[in-house]
Amino acid sequence: MSALLEVDRLTKRFGGLCAISGCGFSVREGDAHGIIGPNGAGKTTLFNLVTGIYRPTEGTIRFRGKHIAGMRPGKIALMGIGRTFQNIRLCTNLTVLDNVRIAFDSRLCYSLPEAVFRLPRLEREERRSIVGSMGLLEPFGLAEHANELAGDLPYGSQRRLEIARALALKPSLLLLDEPAAGLNTGETAALTEFLRWVRNHFQVTIVLIEHHMHLVMNLCDRITVLDFGQTIAEGTPAEVRANPRVIDAYLGGTGEE
Amino acid sequence: MASYLAQQTINALQLGSIYALIALGYSMVYGVLVMINFAHGDLFMLGAFACLLLATLLPVHLPLVVILLVVMIVIGAVGALIERIAYRPLRNAPRVSAIITALGCGLVIENTTLSISPYPHFMPELFHSTTIAWAGLTITTLQILIIGVSLALMIGLDLLVTRTPFGMAMRAISFDSRTVPLMGIPVNTLISRTFFLGAGLGGAAGVLYSLAYPQVSAGMGVLIGWKAFIAAVIGGIGSIRGAVLGGFILGAVEVMAVAFLPSTYRDLISYSLLLVILIFKPYGLLGQPPNQKV
Amino acid sequence: MKEFLHAAARCRWALPALVVLGFAFCLACEFFPIFNDYSKVVLITIGINIILCASLNLVNGYMGEFSVGHAGFMSLGAYASAVMAVNWLPSTPMELPLAVVFGGTVAAVIGLPLALISFNTRGDYLAIITLAFLMIVKSAFENIAYVGGPRGMTPPVLTNMPWTFFWVVLTLWVIRNLVYSRFGRAIIAIREDEIAANAMGVRTREAKILAFVVSSFFGGVAGALYAQLNFFIDPRSFDIVKSTEILVMVYLGGIASLFGSVLGAVIFTVLMQVLQPIGTWRMVILPLILVLLMLFRPRGIMGLRELTWFLPRRELKKEPGQ
Repeated sequence: MSALLEVDRLTKRFGGLCAISGCGFSVREGDAHGIIGPNGAGKTTLFNLVTGIYRPTEGTIRFRGKHIAGMRPGKIALMGIGRTFQNIRLCTNLTVLDNVRIAFDSRLCYSLPEAVFRLPRLEREERRSIVGSMGLLEPFGLAEHANELAGDLPYGSQRRLEIARALALKPSLLLLDEPAAGLNTGETAALTEFLRWVRNHFQVTIVLIEHHMHLVMNLCDRITVLDFGQTIAEGTPAEVRANPRVIDAYLGGTGEE
Repeated sequence: MASYLAQQTINALQLGSIYALIALGYSMVYGVLVMINFAHGDLFMLGAFACLLLATLLPVHLPLVVILLVVMIVIGAVGALIERIAYRPLRNAPRVSAIITALGCGLVIENTTLSISPYPHFMPELFHSTTIAWAGLTITTLQILIIGVSLALMIGLDLLVTRTPFGMAMRAISFDSRTVPLMGIPVNTLISRTFFLGAGLGGAAGVLYSLAYPQVSAGMGVLIGWKAFIAAVIGGIGSIRGAVLGGFILGAVEVMAVAFLPSTYRDLISYSLLLVILIFKPYGLLGQPPNQKV
Repeated sequence: MKEFLHAAARCRWALPALVVLGFAFCLACEFFPIFNDYSKVVLITIGINIILCASLNLVNGYMGEFSVGHAGFMSLGAYASAVMAVNWLPSTPMELPLAVVFGGTVAAVIGLPLALISFNTRGDYLAIITLAFLMIVKSAFENIAYVGGPRGMTPPVLTNMPWTFFWVVLTLWVIRNLVYSRFGRAIIAIREDEIAANAMGVRTREAKILAFVVSSFFGGVAGALYAQLNFFIDPRSFDIVKSTEILVMVYLGGIASLFGSVLGAVIFTVLMQVLQPIGTWRMVILPLILVLLMLFRPRGIMGLRELTWFLPRRELKKEPGQ
C-alpha cells in the first residue's frame, strides 16, 4: 500500500515554544492510524498543520505526493482532507441538516447567476444536497434530529455530527481529534465498531488522536507516538506497546486508561 | 524654514499630547475588556463641558488645579458608571453587542448634550498665557502647561501600571482574562477602576483642550475624541505606550497636513493614515495580535 | 386564519401574486390621488430603508461581521447617481433606472477592496476599518469640487413609488436566493465558525467578496434612490448617524432575517416620523433603543428566524417547529 499522507521533519514554533520539532511519519492508504502521546505532545498542533490552520516553520507535508504545507485550509479540505475538532466546532445556530449541507456544498456545481435566478440546475443540485446530507445523517442516528438546532444536541450527538459533516466533503483522509472524549467504556466500544464501519463504508483513511487506549489498540493498524513534538515510536499496536521508550514516556508514566 | 518646522513641532506636541491623553482611555479599556469604548470621545467632551460649568457657574474663581482634579474625578465616575450600567451586563455576550452598545452610549451622550446646548460656548480664560520668545521660536506658557500636565499624567499612569499591584493585575487581565479571576483578583473592581482612570484622563484632556482651543461644543467628542481613537489604533490599541506614541504621531501628521495642505484635507489624511497602517500592520505599531486557540 | 396563511405561503403563486398586486397599487398611486405627497415620501423612505437594512443584514447579520460603513456605500451610490442624473444624461426617460444601477455599481466596486481587507481582518478591527472608510468617503466628497464639496448637490426629484417597490422586491429576492444557496450557506458558515468553515471546504474568501459586493451594491442603490428623492445631498447626509440608523433597523428587526429587515425598517421609519416634533432628542432615543436592544434582546425581533413567506419552497418543510 502507498503512503497517503507523509509528514517529514515538520517543525512548528510559536515564539520560543517549539510545539512540533522535526516530527515525521507516514499514513498508508486505507489504514486507521492512531496518534498518541501525553498531553502537550503536539498532537492537535499536528492536525492544525496538516489542515493548513497553521503554517509550518519547517518541514514538508505531502498528501497523495503533493506538497500541502502552507496551503490555505479551504483548499486542503477540498483536496480531500476532512477533520473534526477537539473542542467541537459546529454551526450551533443552524440545523443539524444545514451543518452537513455546508460541507456537502463543496460538491455542488451551480454558478452564482443560477443561484440568483433560481434556475433548474440549482433546484436539482440542492435536492441532491438535501438527499445526500440526509443519507449521511442516517447511519449516525441523526436523521430524526435533522431539523433541530445543532447547538441543542447532546454532546455525544454533536461529536457524531462533526464526523458526519466531515464525511460530507467525501474526503479520502479523515482526521479525528479525540472522537471518544467524554464517552464511557460502553460508548467507546460502540464507537470503535462504528469507526471501523465508517472506514470500510466510506473507503476513507482515518488518522485519529485519542487517549482511550482500548479504542486505539483495537481499531488502529498503525500507531505513531509523539512526545515533546517528536515521533518517538511508530508501528503496529503490538510493536508500540512493547516499545520501551513509549512505556517510559507515556504508558509507564501515566498508566493505561 | 527650520524655525518654521520647529514651531510646528511645538504645535504638534501640544495637539499630540491631548490626543495621547484621550487615546490612553481607549487603550486601557481595550486592554482589560477587549472592547472599543466608543463612548470615550464623548467623555472627553463632557470633560470640557464640566470645566466650562465650573468656570462660569460658580461664584468663586477656582484655581485651575482644582478644576482639573474635580473634572477628572467627575468624568472618571461617569465612565465607571457607564461601564456598570451598560457594559457589565454584556461582558459575556457576543462581541458585536458590546461594540454596538458602546457606539449607542456615545451617541446618547453626544446628542443629549446637543439637545440641551445646541450652540458652541466660549471658554473664559482660565490661565493667563504669556509668550516666550527664544532663538526665533515663540512658545506660550499655555503650551508648556498643556504639554507638561499631559506628560506628568502619562508618566504617572505608566508608574501606576508598571509599579503597583493594581497595574500588575491590569496587565495580567489583558494577557489572559480567563485565568486571572481564578487567582483571586476582583475583576469587577479592577475594570471599574480602569474605566475610572481612563475616563478621568479623558476628562483632563477635555480641560486642556478647551484651554488651548477655547470653544466647547457637543460635536467635540466626535471631532477630537475619534481622532484620538485613531491614535490609539495606530499605536496598537490595548498598548498604553502605543497610545502615547500614536497620539504624538497623529498630532504631528495633522499639524504638518494643515501646514502644507488646505485644512479640509485633515480628516481625509488622518483616516487614510489609519487605513494604511491597519492594512500593513493590522494590530498597530506596538499592538499584539489576539491569541486564538484552535 | 393562521392555517390559511401557512397554506397560502406554501402555494406557488401566492407570493408572485402579492408582488404584482403591490406593484399595481404603487402604479395606481402615481396616477390617482390615493396618498398625499407627504405620505408618499414616507412610503418611499420605508422602501429605501428596507433596501438599506436588508443589504446591511447580509454583512452584519448573515456573515456576523460588524460594518459601520453602510452610509458610506449609500453616499457613493447617491453621488454617483446624482452626477449621472445632473451632468451626463439629464431629462432622458431612462435617467432614473440608469442612475440607480450606476450608483449601485460604483458602490459595489468600492466595496470590493473592503472585502479584500476582511480576508485577514475581523471583528473590532474590521469595524474600525469600515469606520475609517466611512470617514474617508465623507471627507473625500467634501474636497471634490466637481460634486459641490461641502455644499453638496441638487439632483432632480425622480424617485417614485413603483420604482422603489421594484428595487425593494429585487433586493429581497436577490438576497433571499443568495442566502438559501450554497453561496449563502458559506456566508452563514463564516458567522458561525470561520475555522470550521474552512475545514469543511467552504470558500470563505469568495463568500466574503460576495457578501460585501452585494451588500454595497444595494447600499448604493438605496443611496441613489435617496438622492433622487430628497432634491439635496451633501457629505454630511451620510455620516455616522446615518450608519447608526441602519444599524438600529438591522438589530431591531432581527439579524439574519429578511422579514426582520422589513419589520425593522417599517417600525423605525414610522417611529422617526412620529417623533418628528421632539427634534434632536430623536437622536438620543434612537441610540438608546439600540443599547436597550443589546441589553435585552440582542438578536432583535426576528433574530435568526424567517417568516415562511420569505423562504424558498425547497426550504419550507425543514423550518424548526413545523
